[in-house]
This record gives sequence, C-alpha cells and structure tokens, in this order.
Amino acid sequence: MVTAPRRGGGAMSLLEVREVVGGYGEADILQGVSFQVAPAEILVIIGPNGAGKSTAMKAVAGLVRVRQGAIRFDGAEITNRPAEEMVGRGLAYVPQERNVFPSLTVEENLRMGAYVRPEASAEGLERAYATFPDLKTRRRALAGSLSGGQRQMLAVGRALMLAPKLIMLDEPTAGLSPKFCALIFERVQAIAAAGIAVLMVEQNARPALAIADRGLVLAQGRNRFEDRGPAVAANPEIGRMFLGA
Amino acid sequence: MIEFVTFYLIPGLVLGSIYALAAAGVSLVYGVMRFAHFAHGDLMTWGAYAALVAVGVLGVSPWLAIPVAVLATIPVALAADRAFYAPLRRSAPAVLLISSFGVALMIRALVYLIWGPTPESYARGFTPPLFLGEIRIQQRHLFILGGALAAALAVHLLLSHSRAGRAMRAMADDPDLARVTGVPVAGVIRLTWAVSAGLAAIAGVFLAIDTELTPLLGFNVLLAAFAAAILGGIGRPWGAALGGLILGLAEELSSYPWIGTAPLLDPSYKTAVAFAVLILVLIFRPQGLFKGMG
Repeated sequence: MVTAPRRGGGAMSLLEVREVVGGYGEADILQGVSFQVAPAEILVIIGPNGAGKSTAMKAVAGLVRVRQGAIRFDGAEITNRPAEEMVGRGLAYVPQERNVFPSLTVEENLRMGAYVRPEASAEGLERAYATFPDLKTRRRALAGSLSGGQRQMLAVGRALMLAPKLIMLDEPTAGLSPKFCALIFERVQAIAAAGIAVLMVEQNARPALAIADRGLVLAQGRNRFEDRGPAVAANPEIGRMFLGA
Repeated sequence: MIEFVTFYLIPGLVLGSIYALAAAGVSLVYGVMRFAHFAHGDLMTWGAYAALVAVGVLGVSPWLAIPVAVLATIPVALAADRAFYAPLRRSAPAVLLISSFGVALMIRALVYLIWGPTPESYARGFTPPLFLGEIRIQQRHLFILGGALAAALAVHLLLSHSRAGRAMRAMADDPDLARVTGVPVAGVIRLTWAVSAGLAAIAGVFLAIDTELTPLLGFNVLLAAFAAAILGGIGRPWGAALGGLILGLAEELSSYPWIGTAPLLDPSYKTAVAFAVLILVLIFRPQGLFKGMG
C-alpha cells in the first residue's frame, strides 16, 4: 500500500467528498472514496479501468446513488441531491461520451448550458465563442455533425456557459488526436487560471498530471495515492502500477 | 382528374392530416419518455366525446368545442402518468407499453360506461360543399386541413423557438445530459403529455367530425399512427407528421382505378395499407425516413 499525507484543508475546499460508498443498483463501485478540490485548483483522478473514477464524478453530479458518506459543495450538503440542481449551484459536468445533444445546433447546445438562467445566455455565448472560435463558425451546424474534437469543445463550452465554480471533465481527450489533446489541456489550464476549479478524470495520465495541481490514484473503488500532480507521475511505484512506465 | 382530386386526393389529405396529428403526439411521447404509448388512440376517443358533451351542453359547433376537448383530455394523460407511468419510469419500455395498454382499456371502459356503445354524431346539419373551380370540397375537410396545419405550426414553433421546446428536444436526445444541464425533467414530461394529449384530442374531434363517434374511434387509427411515427423515424415529430400524411394518402389512393376501371385495391382493404407500409418500412428502412432514435 502506497500512502502519502492527505493534503488540503476542510475549510478552504470548494468540493469535499468524504468516504463515499455507492454505485448503480446493487453493486457498490465506490468503496469509500475521499477527495477535496480547492477553488481554482486542478485535481486529476487516474486509475485502472473499473476503479470508479467516472462513478465518483457521477456521484458528485447526482447521477449515482450514494449509500454512505457525504458530498459538500460550496458550503452546502449536496449528497443525493437531484442532478438538475447542480448547474445552478455552480457545478458543471461534462460526461465522457454523449456529452452534446446531437439533434440540436451548436448554438442551441450552448444555450442549454444556460438553461437555468436564460438571461445569462448572451454573455455565456460570447465567452464560449471567445474560448473556442471554431464553434462560432459552425454555430448553425447540428452538433451530431461535428468531429470528435469539436464535440468536446462544444461540451466544455456548454459547461462554461454559466461561469461555474467547478467544472468536472470525464476523459476530455478520449479518442482525440494529439493536436486536440494538447489544445484541450491548454484550455483546461486557462479555465483554472480564470478561477474555475477543474476536476478531471484522464486515461491520458502523464500529460494530465503535468498540468494538475494534485493527482489522485483510485483503485478498486478506494483512494490509493494522492500527491502533487507531477509528483504522482514521478512516483516510480505508481508509474509501474498505473502509468505503464 | 377532377374526380381523382375530389374523391381520392382530398380525402387522402384529410385522413393524412388526422394521422399526422395523432402520430406527432405518439412520437413526442416516445422521444421524451422512450415508450410506445398505447393509450393514445383512446385519448383521441376521450377528446372526441368531451367535445360531444360541449356541443350538447353549450350548443356550440364541434369546431368551437375543440378547446374543451383539449382541456378535458390533458388531465387524463397527466393523471395516467402520475398514477401508472411515473412509478415505472425506470422500468423497461415493454413494461410501460403494457401498462399503457391497461390505461387504454380503462379509458375505453369509461367511455362505454358514460356514453354507451351506440355510435353518435355531432349532429351537424347539411352544409353544401364549396367549389374551387370545378373541384368540390366539403367545408369540414377544409377546416380539418386548416386546423391540422395550424396545430402542426404551433407545435413546430414550440419545439424550435421556445426554451421549453428546446428542453423537450434535449430530453429526447439524452435524458441524463438534459438533467445535467439543469432541465427539470418532471416539468418537461408534464409539458410533453399536455402537448401530446392536446394533439390527440384535436385529432379525435377531427376524426369524429369526418366519420362518427364510437368508443373505438381512436383505437381504430392507433396502428396507423404508430406506422406513421415509425415511417417518419420514431421520436421525430416532424417525420411522424409527414409519415401520417403519406399513410393517409396511400390509404385513399390505393383504391383509385390506376390500372383499368376497377379500384386498384378493394376499398374494404384500405386499412391494411398501414400494415403493408409498416412491414415494408421495417424491412427496408427500419430507422424511418428521418433517422429515428434507438
């Protein structure tokens, strides 16, 4: 068992996940996961397939039932609150797959990001198009006709519409070309620099850890190791076990 | 030519626009809730009989009774959802389909109980047909075509130009993603029922005006509505409306003497056309004219 001292103070954290047990139906994929995200910080979660990385994110998003433990966001208890509440609290989530509405246009997709506060749409659209100029040129295209990279940009753009406090990205670079991967990681850094905290699950572990403030390794539904991002990548044992070093 | 337009084309368009309204309602429910709503035909029947009450009590024409029919049908759909579909929301689509079959039987039994099995009509007097040049058209047919067009336009505006309509389309695309973006799922589902039941009521009254009221009025066109929805690509209301129009035309035009002087298809086999179209679509283009949802 590899251990490292836990970091991050309770009072300062924006998101606090404490000893969460839960999953779909009968099986508990999460066997006691804990982590914290501070404002404007990038936390990257890595781990083998089936470790519960995406499930942990869905538990925060309100899409997976939490049986034990607690989740707090921005000072409020959000454990098992309905998913449709989260975006209004400043918690945006970009699922890994199927993260755009294919039969809606690019602009309609972005407007969906501001659904709970339509009056903020104009400002949000401006910001999304400034961040991803490609989206503006294709704003009348159906999202279903976009390339994988463009879809990912659209999904992130939609999540940023209401200027959230935290954005959760589930494998934002999955299936993308190296060029798009670099672009996405660069934008993630810009998002954090703008004061938005980022919680990211990544298979593409090394480049993700390189830009992470902290990295968390999950295995079999439990915390395995936690440290500063680059330190996780540099740890020889973690490298051998989880990064295919 | 005149005969073709008067006796085949216009009735085909009329039947087609009734199918279109029914199919659009079926397709909306399928899109948002992912199940084939078997009670849709009986909602049509309910709406038609509600209009009969309004005609009798208020002494208005069946056209003016349509708002009453709509307002009387929406609560039935909402109540069925609350009592039967909502608790099964996470069940397999087949479970919901079967429960909607049960709701269909309940509504039909209620219609039998209240109005009895004898066919009724809105008791309109004789209205002379209109002549457009040499083409003769019944006034009621003109009203049905116009009314269906207006209803379709209203649904189009709702879906494409309103925030609520965008939320409905987003739910049809991906319910979980819609929740993540903050769409209040329960509210969108209620709105979907309201629109679908409203369309069913309008289609029911139109059908009853064109034929007569029987407790099986809507059930008899349910298959055609499903066939039209599948033809257009299930879950795509516009495709369903087009599918309805095509199916209505196909049924009426199938008995035109295309070859020789006898009808191509004996008119008593007309209703089989929907079956034939459904089978052909499922064999050759199961995704429908416009790619439907899985």
